Amino acid sequence: MEKKIFERPTITRLTPGMPSKHGVGTAVAPVQFIDGLKVDDLLEKYGSPLYIFSESVIRKNIQDLKQAFTVRYPKVQVAWSYKTNYLDAICRIFHQEGSWAEVVSGFEYEKARLNGVQGEHIIFNGPGKTEAELLKAAQEGAYIHIDHFDELFLLARVCQKNDVTARVAIRVNMDVGIYPKWDRFGFNYENGEAWDAINRIMANPQLKLMGLHTHIGTYIMTADAYRIAASKLSELAASIAQKFNHFIAYIDMGGGFASRNTLRGAYLSGEDTALSFDDYADAITSAVINSQIKPDKLPTIILETGRAIIDDAGNIAGTVIANKRLTDGRRALIVDVGVNLLFTSFWYDHKINPTQPHSGLLEETVIYGPLCMNIDVIRPSLMFPPLKVGEHFVISRTGAYNNTQWMQFITTRPNIILIDTDRQTHVIRKAETIDNIVSNESVPDHLSK
Amino acid sequence: MKINQSIAISENGFVFNPITGDSFTLNNTGIQILTMLKSGKTIDDIKEVIAEEYDVDDLVLERYLQDFFSDLKLNSLITEG
Ligand SMILES: Cc1ncc(COP(=O)(O)O)c(C=O)c1O
Repeated sequence: MEKKIFERPTITRLTPGMPSKHGVGTAVAPVQFIDGLKVDDLLEKYGSPLYIFSESVIRKNIQDLKQAFTVRYPKVQVAWSYKTNYLDAICRIFHQEGSWAEVVSGFEYEKARLNGVQGEHIIFNGPGKTEAELLKAAQEGAYIHIDHFDELFLLARVCQKNDVTARVAIRVNMDVGIYPKWDRFGFNYENGEAWDAINRIMANPQLKLMGLHTHIGTYIMTADAYRIAASKLSELAASIAQKFNHFIAYIDMGGGFASRNTLRGAYLSGEDTALSFDDYADAITSAVINSQIKPDKLPTIILETGRAIIDDAGNIAGTVIANKRLTDGRRALIVDVGVNLLFTSFWYDHKINPTQPHSGLLEETVIYGPLCMNIDVIRPSLMFPPLKVGEHFVISRTGAYNNTQWMQFITTRPNIILIDTDRQTHVIRKAETIDNIVSNESVPDHLSK
Repeated sequence: MKINQSIAISENGFVFNPITGDSFTLNNTGIQILTMLKSGKTIDDIKEVIAEEYDVDDLVLERYLQDFFSDLKLNSLITEG
């Protein structure tokens, strides 16, 4: 007779009259497979921890996003937000699906060029562009989104000195009725700064005003904020048409659509609160269509959606290193995924599931990463099955920002694999070695013996 | 180690301690082990039964039994001695 799986024995105190803050009976189902492949097998083959991306999910997400807008509006263009995830393989999937590149540094610009994106399909955002970067972007026909007056003057000088013209837009910040109000990027709408910048650009023959840009924030849970933002940009576009008889080519609505992750400490799950792409699309497209812009002059709507189309394509699988009991009696798990690999655990209560079935009884558990640092907490409190040392789990919706904001801290970073649409696996970034880390260091002579 | 004999264990893993008024839930392995303890089985007997029935090696079993017993102690369901 085959022996049964041994589950660690547990006992959990019931507190009468005081339901757990986690509620009752939130089942933690096992996640045994990702795209039909056994997670335990992938860990065996590629090591633990392991980042796992699904090409099918990425393609579906971008197609769903485009679909939501194109059924409502004639001209839509997505520009992949490099900072959200600039692994080359990931970017190239988005480019194959027709996305341009949205970059915020010379480094990201170079990455996009190396991924085969032409300058005229790059949107160059950000407050810190250098003179050399501006020149190159202007020469290659990229869309330079000007953030502040000093950049406007610098770009004007660069164009004059080198006798080039630049395609530009301005980033506009505004009150869209949400908190926090992002006013540190771009030119303000309400106080007339944006209109002032537009007039200066229109007066300079070397600067071609192509569009208007805004990015109102991230993880925005109200579609109305987008309706307000799109209306305000449309009003600016209509004013430009009226005063200069100039018709801008696009309105860029930035990113910020919420993913289905749950914000840390939120009472309701992100799965229940997230808006659909249709909700956002409806708000944005109706604001533009209903504006003073003439129907035959409607601009392209550009989207720089990041987290909402990559979060759920990424997972991190890992292994339990130790079980502990804290002095207050709570259970702690130490796992091999730390905040160095899962930066977003500072914002999200990430969904974590074991890879194997369990009896169903859950304990209040703290999940710590392996770093010898107090900040290394993956989940401060959740109801979780009693995993044993060596057992595996999957943290889901980790695709956004974790492979760009991660930290080379205390240890090296593990393999990243992509499961393609034929369920073949590919290492898209191999595990770092100590050599990768020290190769840029040098030791002065007086310290080398 | 002595189990507090007044505790009540139900089949589906509900435990009541009439002295303190506390109640608890156990998972399946927890029920099995606490029930054996209450029926007077020694720790060695328990280990033997579990090792027979489950896919678990001695070291792992030892480690998690210890853990479980300290939880039982923490909750005054068993006492040292
Ligand atoms: C200018 C700009 N566009 C797009 C994005 C992507 O945002 P999200 O991931 O919230 O969609 C960001 C992120 O901060 C941004 O700064």
